[in-house]
Amino acid sequence: MLEIRNLHARIAEDGTEIIRGLNLTVKAGEVAAIMGPNGSGKSTLSYILSGRSDYEVTEGDILYNGESILELDPSERAAKGIFLAFQYPVEIPGVATMQFLKVALNEQRKFRGEPELSTPDFIRRVKEAAAKLQINPDMLKRPLNVGFSGGEKKRAEILQMALLEPKLCILDETDSGLDIDALKIVADGVNALRSPDRAVIVITHYQRLLEYIVPDTVHVLYKGQVIKSGDKSLALDLEANGYADIIDAAA
Amino acid sequence: MNIQTAIKMTAAETALVDAYTAQIGDLIGDGAVLSARDTLVSDLKSQGLPTRRVEAWHYTDLRALLRTVPAADPTAFAERVEPLVAGSSVLTVLNGKADEKGAPAGINVRRYAESLADGVAAPDLIERGPDDAIGRINGSFVRDGFEIELPEGTELEAPLELQLVQSLGQSHTRFPVTFGAGTKATIIERHLSVSDAPSLVTSVSDLILDEGAEITWIILQQQGAADSHLAQLNFDLGTNAQLKLFVINAGGKLVRQEIHGVVTGEGADFKLRGINLLGGETHTDVTFTLGHDVPNTTSTEVIRNVLFDRAKGVFQGQIRVAPDAQKTDAKMACNTLLLSDDADFSAKPELEIFADDVQCGHGATVIDINPTHLYYLQARGIPENKARAMLVNAFVDEIVEELENETLIETLETIIADWLEKHA
Repeated sequence: MLEIRNLHARIAEDGTEIIRGLNLTVKAGEVAAIMGPNGSGKSTLSYILSGRSDYEVTEGDILYNGESILELDPSERAAKGIFLAFQYPVEIPGVATMQFLKVALNEQRKFRGEPELSTPDFIRRVKEAAAKLQINPDMLKRPLNVGFSGGEKKRAEILQMALLEPKLCILDETDSGLDIDALKIVADGVNALRSPDRAVIVITHYQRLLEYIVPDTVHVLYKGQVIKSGDKSLALDLEANGYADIIDAAA
Repeated sequence: MNIQTAIKMTAAETALVDAYTAQIGDLIGDGAVLSARDTLVSDLKSQGLPTRRVEAWHYTDLRALLRTVPAADPTAFAERVEPLVAGSSVLTVLNGKADEKGAPAGINVRRYAESLADGVAAPDLIERGPDDAIGRINGSFVRDGFEIELPEGTELEAPLELQLVQSLGQSHTRFPVTFGAGTKATIIERHLSVSDAPSLVTSVSDLILDEGAEITWIILQQQGAADSHLAQLNFDLGTNAQLKLFVINAGGKLVRQEIHGVVTGEGADFKLRGINLLGGETHTDVTFTLGHDVPNTTSTEVIRNVLFDRAKGVFQGQIRVAPDAQKTDAKMACNTLLLSDDADFSAKPELEIFADDVQCGHGATVIDINPTHLYYLQARGIPENKARAMLVNAFVDEIVEELENETLIETLETIIADWLEKHA
C-alpha cells in the first residue's frame, strides 16, 4: 500500500534536512509502529506523508498504491484515503464542527465521483460514530476543536477518521495526553477500523499504546532513517532497554 | 495676495450640475424645497466634489473616483424581489420611486415625494458641514423615499425591509425615521441592482431613537460592479435607547457609506458591526463618526474586511467624548484580511476625548489566512479554494452570529458564502 523509497526531505524555510534516506514499506492490512527518540523525524514523516507544504522532498519517492503522491496536495491525498490523526489538532474558531465534518466528507466523495451524503444520513453517521467514541454531542456544536480538552481533541481526530474511512491511517502520538480510559476508547476506535484493505501507521514514544493497538511490524527511526525493523517484540525490547544499543549497532 | 482660480469641472461635476438644470422642471418641491436645492447645487458648483485635500475625503478622492455620472432614466424598469427574510413587511423603492403599500399596521409611512411636494422636507435639505458631499448631492436631487414613524410602544414582530432596487440611471432617496419611546423593530435597508449598467445611487437615512427604543438596523449593499453608491445614515440616540447597526457591503464600484451618530441620552448603547466584502476594482469606504455627548453611554464598533483582487477599502472611525460625558465606554476594532497583493486597505481610527473618567480603545489589524488552519482543513480532503473560503467565512461569521434572528443569520451567511465562492 505504502512504499517509501530513499526519501530525503528538509524544512522548506531553512533547508534543514530531517529525513535522510528513509525506506519503509507498509502492506494493506498491516499495522506498523514507528518509534524513535525525540527529534528522529517521526512527526516530520507524518507531515510529509500528508503533504504539508512546510517540507520539501529533495530525493526519493513516496508510492501509495503504486503511484507517486509527491505532486498531490494535502486535500488530494486525503481524498485518496490518506489520513493523519494529528498530535496537536488545530483549533479553528468560527468553523462549526458539524459543518466541517460534512464539507470534508462530501468533498472527498466528490473527488472520488461518489454522490454527496444527504443531511439525515450524515447526521446519523456522526451520531453513531460519536457514540462509539463516547463523545458528548454538545462537543460537536462547538467550533472545531475550540475549547476541547486534550483528550477530546484526540477523540475528535479518531471520530473524523471513522467517518472519513481512509485506507492509510497515520496516528501521530495519538496516545500523548490521554489517560488510560481515553486511551482504551481511542484504541478501540482504531482497532474497529482494522481491515485487510486498510493499513495503519502508529507513531509513538511508548509501548503502552501498542498493548492496545497491537502492531504487525515495528520500525525504529533515528536521524531520518529506519535503522531497525522487527515484529512487536522489538517494541518490548525498546521499552526495556532504550534506544542506545540499537543506535550504537546502526552507527 | 491670494488669487483663487476657478477649478475646471470634471466630467462628473459637469454632468451633475447639468443634470440639475435639465431636471429642474420636474424635480418635486415647493418654494422652500427648491430654494434649498438651489443652495446645495450652487455649493456643488463652486466647491466641486471633494478631493484628497479635504480631510474627511482623504482616502476617497471623490473628484478623481467618480468619473462619470449615468444619465437619469425615468423609463428604466426594475422589479421587486423576494424579501431577505420571508414574512417581512416590504416597502419598495424601484429605480428611485417609492411605493408606500406594504407598510405594516401600526406605523405611519409617507412617501418622501409628498414631503418634498408640500415642503415638509425643506429643513432636511441641508449640508451637515462643508465636507458633506453626500448630503449636497442627495439634497439636490432627492425625489423619493419614506418618512416613517413608529409610535410609542410599537413592536414590530417581523422585520421591515426597505428594498431599493436599481437597474440603471440614478436614484436619490431619503428616509427620515422616528422610533418612538419603547419601540422595538428590525429594519433592513437593502440596496441591490438588477443590471450590469452603471447607476448612481445616493441615500440618506436620518434616525431618531426616543427613550428606550431597541432597534436593529441592517444595511445590505449589493449593487452592481459598475455602480456608485453614496450613502449616509445619521442617528440620534435618546435615553436608554439601543441601536445595533449592521453594515454589509458586498458590491458596488465606488461606495461610501457614512454613519454619523450622536448619543444624547444617558444609558444609551450603540453597536456598529460591519462586514466589507471587497473584490474586483471596488473602492469602498465606511466613514463613521460618533459623539458621546452625555455621561454613562456605551458603544462598540467591530469592522471586518475581506479584500480580493485590486479592491481598495477604507474605514475611518472617529469617536468624540464630550467634556461632561463621564463614564463613557467605547471600543472600536477594525480587522482586515488581505487576500491579494494588489488589494489595499486604509484604517484611520480617531479618539477625541475631553472627559477624564472614560474607557476608550481602538485597534486595527491586518492579517492573512492562518497557514496551519488551511493545512488542517486540506488534510481532511477539503480543496484549498474551499478551505480558504471556509476560513474567510469564519472570520466574518462571528459578526453575523451577533444578529438575533436565526433566519436572518442563515440568509446572510448564504449571501456571504456565495460572494466568497465567486471571488475566492
